[in-house]
Amino acid sequence: MFSRREFLQVAAATAAVMPHASVRAFAQQRLTQDDLFRFDALGNVTLLHFADLHGQLNPVYFRESSQNLGAGDARGALPHITGKDFLARFDIAAGSQAAYALTSEDFAALAKTYGRIGGLDRLATAVKAVRAERGGKVLLLDGGDTWQGSFTANHTRGEAVLDCVKLLKPDAMTGHWEFTYGEARFNELTERLGYPFLALNVRDTEWQEPVFPPYKMFEAGGVKVAVLGEAFAYTPVANPRWMIPKWTFGIREEDVRANVEKARREGAALIVLLSHNGFDSDRKLATRVAGINVILTAHTHDALPEVVKVGKTLLIASGSNGKFLSRLDLDVRDGALKDFRYKLIPLFPDAIAPDAAMRAAIDMVRAPFAAELAREVGRTESLLYRRGSFNGTFDDLICSALIEERDAEIALSPGFRWGTTVLPGSPITVEDIHDATAITYPNVYRLPMSGARLKEIHEDVADNLFNPDPYYQQGGDMVRCGGLGYKIDIGQPAGSRISGMTHLKSGKPIDAAKDYTVAGWASVNEGTEGPPVWELVEKYIARKKVVTVEPGAAVKVVGG
Amino acid sequence: MAAAVKPRIKLDRKEVKAGDIVEVKALVQHVMENGQRKDPQGNTIPRKILNKFTCTVAGKQVFEADFEPAISANPYIQFKFKATVSGPVVLTWTDDDGSTIVGEETITVS
Amino acid sequence: MNSVSRRQVLGASVGVLAAAGLGLSVSPALAANDSGDLIKAFTGGKQPTEGKVKLDLPEIAENGNTVPMTVSVESPMTEQSYVSEVLVVGDGNPRGGMATFRFTPLSGAAETNTRIRLATTQTVTAVAKMNDGSLYMTAKQVKVTIGGCGG
Repeated sequence: MFSRREFLQVAAATAAVMPHASVRAFAQQRLTQDDLFRFDALGNVTLLHFADLHGQLNPVYFRESSQNLGAGDARGALPHITGKDFLARFDIAAGSQAAYALTSEDFAALAKTYGRIGGLDRLATAVKAVRAERGGKVLLLDGGDTWQGSFTANHTRGEAVLDCVKLLKPDAMTGHWEFTYGEARFNELTERLGYPFLALNVRDTEWQEPVFPPYKMFEAGGVKVAVLGEAFAYTPVANPRWMIPKWTFGIREEDVRANVEKARREGAALIVLLSHNGFDSDRKLATRVAGINVILTAHTHDALPEVVKVGKTLLIASGSNGKFLSRLDLDVRDGALKDFRYKLIPLFPDAIAPDAAMRAAIDMVRAPFAAELAREVGRTESLLYRRGSFNGTFDDLICSALIEERDAEIALSPGFRWGTTVLPGSPITVEDIHDATAITYPNVYRLPMSGARLKEIHEDVADNLFNPDPYYQQGGDMVRCGGLGYKIDIGQPAGSRISGMTHLKSGKPIDAAKDYTVAGWASVNEGTEGPPVWELVEKYIARKKVVTVEPGAAVKVVGG
Repeated sequence: MAAAVKPRIKLDRKEVKAGDIVEVKALVQHVMENGQRKDPQGNTIPRKILNKFTCTVAGKQVFEADFEPAISANPYIQFKFKATVSGPVVLTWTDDDGSTIVGEETITVS
Repeated sequence: MNSVSRRQVLGASVGVLAAAGLGLSVSPALAANDSGDLIKAFTGGKQPTEGKVKLDLPEIAENGNTVPMTVSVESPMTEQSYVSEVLVVGDGNPRGGMATFRFTPLSGAAETNTRIRLATTQTVTAVAKMNDGSLYMTAKQVKVTIGGCGG
């Protein structure tokens, strides 16, 4: 795989973090396709689940978060465990392929050793292998955030991703970012699906009647399975409501309960909730709505190698960006779930043979953009990543671009959980930039904002993340900022978490009464004017030629 | 002026058995000016809302609501009634200016 | 460090922002909200019991100008035992009153849905009065947020 020169670089890069001998050992212990797919089959139903693909058709680098703060009861609980704690919790060897796939530990070094991960052609091979083994026992479910998040997705308004994912023949999907193509486009795409888009929690704003089928009954392995769908409850809050003015969302616990009961009355022996509400919200739901056997979680991008049990409900977290496929085998007898077995399968492209039909489809949808996708804009000396409770280095890069290209004092950038990773010493391509910015409302505004307003925005977003009640959380990460530092105590009540806001350039405290020039993107307000964010980021990188971004220390987490 | 507004009414069914519960949904166009806002010249825009809603079935009141300015523009109301006899279902909204908006449906009880 | 006042500041500014889109401005100071007084007048000073009443409201409002709200009360709704009246108030609007609903045994079910305005994050309270004069209540906080930045 590696040229001699590349291998030497790997050795040099990894030598700093582990003994040379162990690098060789790991290299020798590469997992094979058989290792990855090996599964001691159980029972009569197999659920396959992927979520939060974010338009990533090819293998990617995606660094999991090194900081993932949970609020209230979720503090320090799964999935809010990262790095070495995560490795210890699941007994994963440092430096292993699993450690690379699941954590941020030694990421840059391990990425050079193990390469990219994912790819829809590898996912297709995995799905086909399980179907060949389990036949009519299998249901494949797409948790959503599938059609958005890449250049190819954005330039085809979702179609390129849909055309490829359709080849997997999923049995159902739900979603979130799918809605940001607007109602008309969303309807066009869902009509072409060939499988249902399930969302029991979406109603029309006029008569408050259901818009989508709440669930679908399947027969798998002789078992009646009801798959219920929940689209992301806060789509019109976290994303532009004006794009979907006729639809109203919400967690709608009552509707979940009613549909679970209805499906049971219709004979369902297994109730599966395909949710896009995020792990903590789903965990709360599981404690409050009886009778759900499995919740397939999404939205918060958590990848957990084990099932989390809440009462009798099994929660699955299948990761993001096409890195993993979840396989959950279930033994359903006498109308009850008797036993289960689970594996989160990491899709290592080196080990898994690509599915030829999917490979061809991916190449075809990417072909019109191939030259542009590969175009090098500059290089990075630093690891560029986004995931984490606060600014990642890619966010810092975007914020610096906003400040310099729009001549602003302060930059604000959304805390999206998608966005791939670029390794140090690599070129930054157009594709990389769009992987971090590809949205349908990309305009960068430039506005005067008072210090008081900046504080309000940070407090408001902080409460959407750190409210101790998961039903009040929106599941993104904290708004990213440039030119600004602050302290945050997430355990404090709404409005009192942020302190010590500082204008970094002058070193002075942010003055509540003073106006600052702020540049930001992803405003949910209609008619936001300004150049698209990717244009500014490209200009900035092209001008710098080589970028270096040290992990920022502008945000300090304080308190218990 | 208000009288010209035609409310939109939906009954989940119109042919029912005695004792059945019928669900009514109704929408009516109205600005529901809350009396708190100012025009560009800085003058307070006077309050003008639909302050009362009633529903009678065959002449008997089944539901009533008093609305305050916290009710959204183009008010929506949804409620239920128990069908006992056939007759008109009359929905009436009363404006601050005393005018009314009236809508009517009919149910048949067998 | 009073979180309530901060929330009010935040909510007020959200209101200003929303109104700015309409070319209008909002009265600067929120007058003292009278929701407590309205509840007192409704109950005659008696303390309602928690329960029986359900308020179905979103945890986070999509649009503070129109927030769907379902109020329902457990009751057989017979001549002998029915819900006569339900008061709904909010503590974060310029005025506390939102709506009063009156039912009769012919209502069949004490359940209604309408859409309310929320100027800021606040607690909505529903108090139900039964035909025997007994009182029940519930409350729910609804967050009105600037939005965006999630996902």
